[in-house]
Amino acid sequence: MSKIILTAQNISKQYRLGVVGTGTLSHDLNRWWASVRGKEDPYLKIGAENDRSKKAETDYVWALRGINFDVYDGDVLGIIGKNGAGKSTLLKILSRVTSPTTGSIKTKGRIASLLEVGTGFHPELTGRENIYLNGAILGMTKAEIKVKEEEIIDFSGCAMYIDTPVKRYSSGMRVRLAFAVAAHLEPDILVVDEVLAVGDAEFQKKAIGKMKDISGNDGRTVLFVSHNMAAVKSLCTRGIVLENGISTFEGTAEECVSYYLKGGKSELNNRQVFEDIGDSKHFKLNEIAIKNSNRNYDEPIVEDEEIVLETNLVISSESERYHVTYHLYNELGEAMFSLSNRRADVNLINGVNHLSCKFPKGFLQPGNFSLKFLLIKDRKKAIYVEDSIINFTVVNAGRELGVYMGREPGFIIPDLEWNQN
Amino acid sequence: MDYSKTSSQDSDWLYEIKAEKPLFDFNFKEIWRYRDLLVLFVKRDIVTVYKQTVLGPLWFLIQPLFTSVIFTLVFNNVANIQTGAVPSFLFNLAGITAWTYFKECLTGTSGTFTKNAGIFGKVYFPRVIMPMSVTISNLLKLAIQLSIFTGFYIYFVASGKPISPNANLLLFPAYVFIMGCTGLGLGMILSAMTTKYRDFTVLITFGVQLLMYISAVPFPMTEILEKKPEYFWVFKYNPLAQIIEGFRYMTLDTGLFTWWGFFYALGFSLLVFFVGLAIFNRTEKSFIDTV
Repeated sequence: MSKIILTAQNISKQYRLGVVGTGTLSHDLNRWWASVRGKEDPYLKIGAENDRSKKAETDYVWALRGINFDVYDGDVLGIIGKNGAGKSTLLKILSRVTSPTTGSIKTKGRIASLLEVGTGFHPELTGRENIYLNGAILGMTKAEIKVKEEEIIDFSGCAMYIDTPVKRYSSGMRVRLAFAVAAHLEPDILVVDEVLAVGDAEFQKKAIGKMKDISGNDGRTVLFVSHNMAAVKSLCTRGIVLENGISTFEGTAEECVSYYLKGGKSELNNRQVFEDIGDSKHFKLNEIAIKNSNRNYDEPIVEDEEIVLETNLVISSESERYHVTYHLYNELGEAMFSLSNRRADVNLINGVNHLSCKFPKGFLQPGNFSLKFLLIKDRKKAIYVEDSIINFTVVNAGRELGVYMGREPGFIIPDLEWNQN
Repeated sequence: MDYSKTSSQDSDWLYEIKAEKPLFDFNFKEIWRYRDLLVLFVKRDIVTVYKQTVLGPLWFLIQPLFTSVIFTLVFNNVANIQTGAVPSFLFNLAGITAWTYFKECLTGTSGTFTKNAGIFGKVYFPRVIMPMSVTISNLLKLAIQLSIFTGFYIYFVASGKPISPNANLLLFPAYVFIMGCTGLGLGMILSAMTTKYRDFTVLITFGVQLLMYISAVPFPMTEILEKKPEYFWVFKYNPLAQIIEGFRYMTLDTGLFTWWGFFYALGFSLLVFFVGLAIFNRTEKSFIDTV
């Protein structure tokens, strides 16, 4: 059993919602007045749970609440959670970018954080000068950098351009150089954000190999935050799962990943039941749901299994005149394609319709999607339109170590026919 | 490392990240550890300012020279302000050289948090390194500008003008220190305030300009004493006016110098510096949430 190197006790972080304006000033004055009278900050008592989808009731939100954990020497701790679960906030606190609202973190080692590669790179300076500048920003001394200079240049594979200003570099080269500097940091505790999701496959392999080296051979302690379950599984020894700012699960990396993929304790919005869409005269929309075919509605949608979109709709009469169309949007709000039952020669019937539409496995890439619902009459008029009637997230499945961990470009991967002629 | 020793678990914490903000949390050891970063920032500031300009570092000289020419034209020739035996141009150049150092320290450090939010949001290093590097790189600019001042000084002496420095010149390092401390201190206070309320950025741009006039840069303090003695207190109690006047006194042997004024300015600069440091320290902990 190795010793505790870092311990976090009751870490909370409160943020103010909305913009900084005149209201802020009055709150600041209230706070100041409370402290003058020796009272507690009046705004610490309030604050909503960090759940993005709910409407805010107060001006304050707890991005993190009551987080406790210990890190042992040599641990590789994975911190996982959905977007907005508080991972980045926790990282910021760990790397001393911001301070917690309550609680404390005690550490026995020096922490270096990599929330981004290439922080402080100056475009006018050469690659070599930037190695020194970036290294110093990350906490290395000049002497330390000098020793590793050749190794860093070698690792980056940018030897030819090393005395050229960084503004002439391609973005890939910049990332390589930046990562090379970061990879040669030697802190007691390394805090890493998802910086691995950049660069090409070959470089990622190199980067993950280096990460394994750091944690495995050198016995260094690493805190690793990621969405990438494959990377967490292969790199981490232990993990914690964050949900809405609260730590909901702690265990081995394996256990954490499967807990996370099961969807944790939060209800997913993958099934929408409607009460008031439609009118009794023409139609009524009851329910729209999306899930993996052989999973439940409350489980996250995994990329490498078939996905089914279900529509429960009542048509009163003249059903042959109607059809259902969906427009699929990606997280950037760009329309991907439209899908409709008419094209598939599936007709609506009078009474209750249970339509289902299947996406083949691996068709949708991991990411957030949104569906727009349209009920079309006589193939020309949309009698009912609802934007983002259902939003869903596709998560990535586990991958073997050594293969590409990142994301392919684009949002869909159609299954096209390939032949060897 | 010996992993088997688990006994001393509670004692030897290296440091603690917590919510409370002590008033003075100035960790000299840590700043010393980051000294290489300080040097690199200074180098970066100097090297990159005039990249891709034709005149390059000559701009450091052009700014004070042209300002002095215009001041001489407007204040001395048109408004007819007398500078005694000292050539008006040299008088103005002295004032502007000193003023520029203070101004650059103030404006350079006042944007510390807002300008560096990108870096500060991603990585920790003692934040005070940033304003310190600005003050030091401005020191180098001051050296360049002093050399042009010295050049003109020699020229005017050679052409027979009755000017000479006096014994107060020994106070030169003290004056540079006072100017740097005041600029840095005020800059740190303003940088902390601009993180939340951007009103101060607006204030700084025109405030500095107005401040120059009530700091007796383009005219001697004696002028005020003669023409508007009822407003003399504005200049007497303005530490910057005391600094500018003192700077001209030691280099050109002209103007009003009192030891009271010197220590007043010194005291003010130290006060502003420590208040600035305390405010800066408080702000650096969580400014990233409000910037």
